[in-house]
Amino acid sequence: MTDLRTHAEEIRDQFSDSLDLTVEDVEERLETLVSEYKVPVEEARRSVVNHYLEEAGIEREEMAGANDQVALAEVDEPERWIDVTAKVVELWEPRSDSIAQVGLLGDESGTIKFTKWAKSDLPELEEGAVYRLGNVVTDEYQGRYSVKLNRTTTIQALEEDLEVGDNEVVVEGALVDVQSGSGLIKRCPEEDCTRVLQNGRCSEHGEVEGEFDLRIKGVLDDGEEVHEVIFDQDATETLTGISLSEAREMAMDALDTAVVADEMRDLILGRYYRVEGPTFTRYVLADDVEELSGPADPEAVLIKARSIA
Amino acid sequence: MSAVPTREVARRVFAREFNDATYSFKESDDERAPVYSLLPTGERANRVFVVGTLTETEDVGDESEYWRGRVVDPTGTFFVYAGQYQPDAAGVLRDTEPPAYVSVVGKPRTYETDDGTVNVSLRPESITIVDAATRDRWVVETAERTIDRIERFADGEGEYVTLATEHYGEDLSEYESAVVTALEGIEDEVPAEAD
Repeated sequence: MTDLRTHAEEIRDQFSDSLDLTVEDVEERLETLVSEYKVPVEEARRSVVNHYLEEAGIEREEMAGANDQVALAEVDEPERWIDVTAKVVELWEPRSDSIAQVGLLGDESGTIKFTKWAKSDLPELEEGAVYRLGNVVTDEYQGRYSVKLNRTTTIQALEEDLEVGDNEVVVEGALVDVQSGSGLIKRCPEEDCTRVLQNGRCSEHGEVEGEFDLRIKGVLDDGEEVHEVIFDQDATETLTGISLSEAREMAMDALDTAVVADEMRDLILGRYYRVEGPTFTRYVLADDVEELSGPADPEAVLIKARSIA
Repeated sequence: MSAVPTREVARRVFAREFNDATYSFKESDDERAPVYSLLPTGERANRVFVVGTLTETEDVGDESEYWRGRVVDPTGTFFVYAGQYQPDAAGVLRDTEPPAYVSVVGKPRTYETDDGTVNVSLRPESITIVDAATRDRWVVETAERTIDRIERFADGEGEYVTLATEHYGEDLSEYESAVVTALEGIEDEVPAEAD
């Protein structure tokens, strides 16, 4: 109910310049569609908005400006109607006929996945081009956000270019865990498949001749927050001082790849690090790694401690 | 929001406070629900991260190995127990010649002795040999986190502050002075910088 009221309030505000609507009226229209006709809220909202557009004699395009212009990194709730200005960073292969285009949008603040439905009948987006997209809706799946282009979305190609940020973060803390799947691993050699093999098997391509790689999935913890960090081959070498060829030799001598992860645990667990890199799902991808091995400075904390003791 | 289960944070707590955390509880009736130890400064701890000096190790097991390590920080001693279910940690306790600086990630555990006193110990997930700089950083960090908790306690806000007051009372002065002592110990080590 409160959810519908929020939608109703937003619709009323959207039309505040052109129609004198009451939240109750709008909510009732939504309620009818949602409760009686079992229409999904998103679709109900679209339908109600269309109704008022017609009543006010406005083209949908003119309404696009009614939403907030939102930075991609700020998207943090589903089902919000927003406007974005973004560059098409990548286009991916759609996995279903219902999807016209899918890929990655980027702006200064970061990147976000986008989906454009086939049935929305929108113009083709080009990789590398910058667009102003009006009236896209946010979505969430397993903690990751995306935006969906729909039939009401307006697309305006812009001449300007745009520097795409990468959700870069800096985290510090003690490395409190090295998770399974770390150390010397094997990846599937099939083109575009980099899945990590389990007992020589790829979950997609079955039994394959794997290619060796180094990786650490670690946990940085500062006593307040926990960050899962993935160190790729380069970052793992920096972190542990063990190169891929050394790791292979260690594994060959021991006839066991597990010795590599064991050795790495001894070297890095329980020490403090500073990691910089982009975030991907719930992971931080370590680009820059530094051990915090300099002397600790007790002065500031001591002053504070004396003041309360 | 997300469905991914979140990992428990490793609290920073000095031995003095840790060993006083005799009250433990679960947040649900589920048999497998995580156990929390209630810190006197008003926070729950399912996991802790400790750095100190391993001063003694002893196999106190009967039939199978059961290692006890004493890990000392500037305020007291953590008792670390590792047996067959913590083979890596037990291996480190077996193979390490004290004294040595160690990092321990582990879970607080309480047990009641025959005379009814409750002892608090640490069941390690991992133990690694580290250096003095790591220990010093931990002392400063743990002091900072402890002060944060003491300040929140003073504001009287939060479920665990209320719970801690009920179980341990309101006097945190010994933890406050433990923080100062710990920091002063580090300060004495750091060579004074010439301006």
